[in-house]
Amino acid sequence: MKALVIRILRLAQKEFLALLRDKKSRMVLIVPPLVQLIVFSYAATFDLNHISYAVWNEDPGLYSRQLLARFSGSSNFRLLKAVGSEGEVRSLIDNRKVLLVLHIRSTFSRDLLAGRQGTVEALLDGRQSNTAMILMGYVQTIVQGYNDDFVSQNGLTPPIAPLSIRAWYNPNLKSRWFIVPGIVGLLTLVVSLLVTALSVAREREDGTFDQLLVTPLQPFDIIMGKILPGFVIGFAESTAIVLVGVFLFHVPLRGSLLALYLGIFLFTLSGLGVGLMISSLVSTQQQGLLGAFLFLVPSIILSGFATPIANMPVFIQDMTLLNPLRYFLVILREVFLQGADVRILLPEYGALAAIGLGSLLLAGHFFRKRIG
Amino acid sequence: MAADSPPRDPAIALRNIVRTFRSPRGVIRALDDVSFDVAPGTITGLIGPDGAGKTTLLRILAGILGSDSGQARILGFDPSTEAPALQRHLGYMPQKFGLYEDLTVAENLDLHADLHGVPEDRREELYAPLLSMTALGPFRARLAGKLSGGMKQKLGVACSLVHAPPLLLLDEPTVGVDPVSRRELWEILTRQVRDKNTTLLVSTAYMDEASRFDRVVILYNGKILGEGRPEDLILEAQGHVFHVVVPAWSPRKLEPFLARVPGILDAVGEEDGVRIVVEETAPPPFPGELAQARTGAVSPRFEDAFMQRLAHGAPGERRKAPSSPENLGWENKRTGLTDGAKEESIVIRDLTRYFGSFCAVNHLTFSVRRGEIFGLLGANGAGKTTTFRMLSGLLLPTSGELRIDGQDVLSSEVARIRGRLGYMSQKFSLYSQLTVRQNLTFFTSAYGMGGRRQRDRIAEIEEFFELTPYRDESAGLLPLGFRQRLALAASVAHEPSILLLDEPTSGVDPVARREFWRTISQLSLWGVSVLVTTHFMTEAEYCDRVAIMAQGRLLTLGSPAEIKGQARTPECPTPTLEDAFIGLLEKVPPAEASA
Amino acid sequence: MTSQPSFMERWVRVRAMIRKESLQILRDPSSLAIAIVLPVLLLLIFGYGVSLDARHVPIAVVQESRTPASEGFVAGLRQSPWFVPRSYPDIHSAVAALRRQDVEGILWLRENFGRSIESFRTHGAHVVVDGVDDNTARLVEGYLTNTWETWIGFRNLRGRALSFQPVNLDVRIWFNPDSRSRDFLVPGLIAVIMTLIGALLTSMIIAREWERGTLESLFSTPVTIGEILIGKFIPYFLLGMAGMGVSVIMGHFLFEVPLRGTLLVLTITSALFLTTALGMGLVISTISKNQFVAGQIAIVFTFLPAFILSGFIFDIHSMPLFIRVITHIIPASYYVTILQSVFLAGDIPGVIIPNAIALFFFSLFLFTLLVRISRKRII
Repeated sequence: MKALVIRILRLAQKEFLALLRDKKSRMVLIVPPLVQLIVFSYAATFDLNHISYAVWNEDPGLYSRQLLARFSGSSNFRLLKAVGSEGEVRSLIDNRKVLLVLHIRSTFSRDLLAGRQGTVEALLDGRQSNTAMILMGYVQTIVQGYNDDFVSQNGLTPPIAPLSIRAWYNPNLKSRWFIVPGIVGLLTLVVSLLVTALSVAREREDGTFDQLLVTPLQPFDIIMGKILPGFVIGFAESTAIVLVGVFLFHVPLRGSLLALYLGIFLFTLSGLGVGLMISSLVSTQQQGLLGAFLFLVPSIILSGFATPIANMPVFIQDMTLLNPLRYFLVILREVFLQGADVRILLPEYGALAAIGLGSLLLAGHFFRKRIG
Repeated sequence: MAADSPPRDPAIALRNIVRTFRSPRGVIRALDDVSFDVAPGTITGLIGPDGAGKTTLLRILAGILGSDSGQARILGFDPSTEAPALQRHLGYMPQKFGLYEDLTVAENLDLHADLHGVPEDRREELYAPLLSMTALGPFRARLAGKLSGGMKQKLGVACSLVHAPPLLLLDEPTVGVDPVSRRELWEILTRQVRDKNTTLLVSTAYMDEASRFDRVVILYNGKILGEGRPEDLILEAQGHVFHVVVPAWSPRKLEPFLARVPGILDAVGEEDGVRIVVEETAPPPFPGELAQARTGAVSPRFEDAFMQRLAHGAPGERRKAPSSPENLGWENKRTGLTDGAKEESIVIRDLTRYFGSFCAVNHLTFSVRRGEIFGLLGANGAGKTTTFRMLSGLLLPTSGELRIDGQDVLSSEVARIRGRLGYMSQKFSLYSQLTVRQNLTFFTSAYGMGGRRQRDRIAEIEEFFELTPYRDESAGLLPLGFRQRLALAASVAHEPSILLLDEPTSGVDPVARREFWRTISQLSLWGVSVLVTTHFMTEAEYCDRVAIMAQGRLLTLGSPAEIKGQARTPECPTPTLEDAFIGLLEKVPPAEASA
Repeated sequence: MTSQPSFMERWVRVRAMIRKESLQILRDPSSLAIAIVLPVLLLLIFGYGVSLDARHVPIAVVQESRTPASEGFVAGLRQSPWFVPRSYPDIHSAVAALRRQDVEGILWLRENFGRSIESFRTHGAHVVVDGVDDNTARLVEGYLTNTWETWIGFRNLRGRALSFQPVNLDVRIWFNPDSRSRDFLVPGLIAVIMTLIGALLTSMIIAREWERGTLESLFSTPVTIGEILIGKFIPYFLLGMAGMGVSVIMGHFLFEVPLRGTLLVLTITSALFLTTALGMGLVISTISKNQFVAGQIAIVFTFLPAFILSGFIFDIHSMPLFIRVITHIIPASYYVTILQSVFLAGDIPGVIIPNAIALFFFSLFLFTLLVRISRKRII
């Protein structure tokens, strides 16, 4: 038993040195995750700021100015210019100078004074339909606020009991709270795939794989030796990302660390397993890179990282059941934002463990000592 | 075409060429003040070990690498400024042949013809002799990657000849190619030079090819060590080469002993004795133990001349033979030679392996005795590597029996047998990112060593292989000879009783090769059985017995002397092992070339 | 023969290089995988699998007492295309469902819901949404509010009080009135696919020739470095345009993305972008000489930016200033802008021309750089 542990530790030590003594692979393991963390965290957000908009106000009255002041006073909006004709509106939107034009007709104040309903038209650029929808929500909120104040100032009866809506876990609906835990998963996957997917292929190209196979080492030893460094690197990088997320981006970490690290452990296991499986199937590093890429892209897209799984067609939703990232994202978001503990996440842990062990068994099967 | 340059002018004139490279080990002078001429219509050989600067020189001549200083004129052009004009008259084949493996034979030829502006209507007329000469005609539609090594080499040459260039530069065209293909290639090249008056400059690491050249240039560490007609160079060694036989001393024991005697420049085992090259025209006085030595002068070979020049031109390059071999401690081990000279450590019986319907190894039967050095020779694709992979447990035989130290490989616990095997592959498979010591630590751990014993053993091995000064350097940055030494060190560090060596000396210079064989001989004296494959027929001389394989079958088996004896004919009274080898293979019906 | 090479001679050499590259593309499964399998896979995933629009959002409904009013509102929800209401007996089980992410939100109709509706005063309806995924949460909020207001307005019309909001917001979304996210994702995806073919695939081709030693053989022939580059450029350019063609056809006919601009403008701007992408790939390849490193650089410096910083999924407007500055040096961001206009809005010169000029300068810069750094020398 002791001999086995020592053997595996030596193998792991060798893998470590092989990974980190080489300047190129050191760079690949350290630089891209850092670049991605910073760029993703800042760039991958659905919150809108500095929205350029234009105003086409045909109403000389007071109320339109009151309403428009609420837009120009909002930090989210930035007034580009006031326009006076439909042609100008069209050219501004067509040429993407503004995302939004607020159009108030000349009768607006008169209608409101007379107790009639006044209408504001919001013209949105729908080329980025998601942005348009979010923007619509912002405009609605401002108009709603104006309505509420108008009603209470003028002593009118509120027309309807407004729906009281609260968002749990992320009351201000900050994108970053959603994205940063996702990045932990994404980068852990990238790193654990890269550590393993190329490693067997590289040994095959260098001829050291045969050398390894002629030693008394068993496939189990070799697999353990290959995944241990992956664990250490995966743990180190995900810890770094968690720290950055909590202290730099102020994402709350509400759940237990035990639940988080159990998740990281099982997820890293499945990432390493898939990586080793790819690695044991390919014969060159180029194929390994391609294989990792072909696995990575769909698993990121179909993980719920940027787009909800619930919006996908049923058969694609079924496919995502094989995607380890899917489960890990649930774990991360539950632990970070919902304060989950180990008990609640048992199904996810189970799925990850199954994927991890399954792929490791397959990997072991593929590089059985005797080929053919 | 040769009329472009008047016949009296040299085709290549080099004066004081210097080229340096920066490397992690400092600035390397790859070419150090190189000057020589090549006359048109001749074959000139550029001979030197790996790293001598041959490739750098050929690249400069082809106009694809600049030099730091010096003048070069090739066909009247300056390669550094007139490369485009020069390249129209040049055929160049880089190492590894420079073929597109995913294009067919015809497509590779067409590409080169197009790039050299060979008109379409002249192609058939130019291709026809090339294809018939290289015997590639039937394979025009085959992908280059699917050709055998020898055919790739011929295709590479054909591609560089497609525009009938007056000058042909070939970079190690014969490396990794079996002797039959080598001989065929030389016939093609010789005909080209004689018939078309082409000038040919070829680099090679094989000393025995020297006789094929009109002139040779010996390059070593970027410097020219000698230049002239091979006969003249060999003549310089005349009178300095002797054959020494000491009764009761095996050549294997005698060779390292003689190598340490002052005044002996080179010692190499040959048949029942040792061939030596000496400083003076008579052997130096031998130490007392060798009183019974019988010494006779023999006619020199090119390699003798090379070693002689090396000893004069680059003193200090030689590594001393292992000083006190007794400290490696094999003799105390179970592997020690007791009375078991007859004990068989490897037994192979009716070993057969199919890949699909292709029979790679066909009912192979032989055995290797304890302490024997057994050579497995054969052309590319003869089944040597497949046999090796089955022995090392990397591949399962289709049928047959395999015993190692009396245990059935197929049934006994694999891990225990593996502990008795040492395996060294032709690529010197090391972890290039790891240091020497880290490599040794890893491989000894893989064989279950640990603690003090491991530390002592590594120190011992490092000292024996003289790797101690390099122990903290990355394996990948070591010169080739040291990598080979480290690979051997790693494969014997766990004290195996059987050593499998797959092409262990390819590309390594003659000096390192001698040291390597000396170590192997030493190990065999300690009772280690060695099974080795090689392309160097001169190396097969080190073996106690040799088996020659073709198409998965054993053609013949015996001591080198016996095999040479079989090949003796009236026309060829003293055949070399290579002659015997080629003679045997020529009798085999040609294999389907898809191998 | 030593005179300047004739045009014919050059053309023969370029043609030979093009033929060679084309044959290699056809015979290398990995380049076909990147050029054909990956785009089709991505298009299918994005076309079918990915949508930022919430449709059929599962939502928990807790009715503490079943009144005609509450039944009426739930019926209204059921009719909406956005929601799939699921009934839960009490708020605790609904919260548990939310935690399990079985539902995206909870509609909690208290016991006094019916009365409060009548009195217009207190409200007995509470909504909780799962804020973890802020984007979905915002959409659910918007849809629910919308459904609520429609239902109330309808009810009031039928009932007694004719009450109204003082200011009515009339939203019109141009170009994509249904807000189908597929309509902007598919054009954006074309930019990603072109980057893959142009940069990732191309980055490996020269590196591969270095590794295999074939470049050395080419260099020793009279072919010039320019001819080698043209020979590599043209086949991959055609491959990239074919990739774009496949994407446009799939997008337009399979996923029904409108194409409001002209094919001519689409082709010209795509050719410009592809030239830029190929330029990046060739530069990377020339610098790195090693497929592994070339592939890594291509992913980090071309593919990921095209994915994240081009405005393809994440709108550039949402990014902080320093990231927006960075997006200006990402060619894909100009191309995505063009594509979204050409597909959804039409040939708008004010958008097309400046962005096309930017792409032109990118490709000019990259090819000038390429010519300067490539030499027909081994080192």
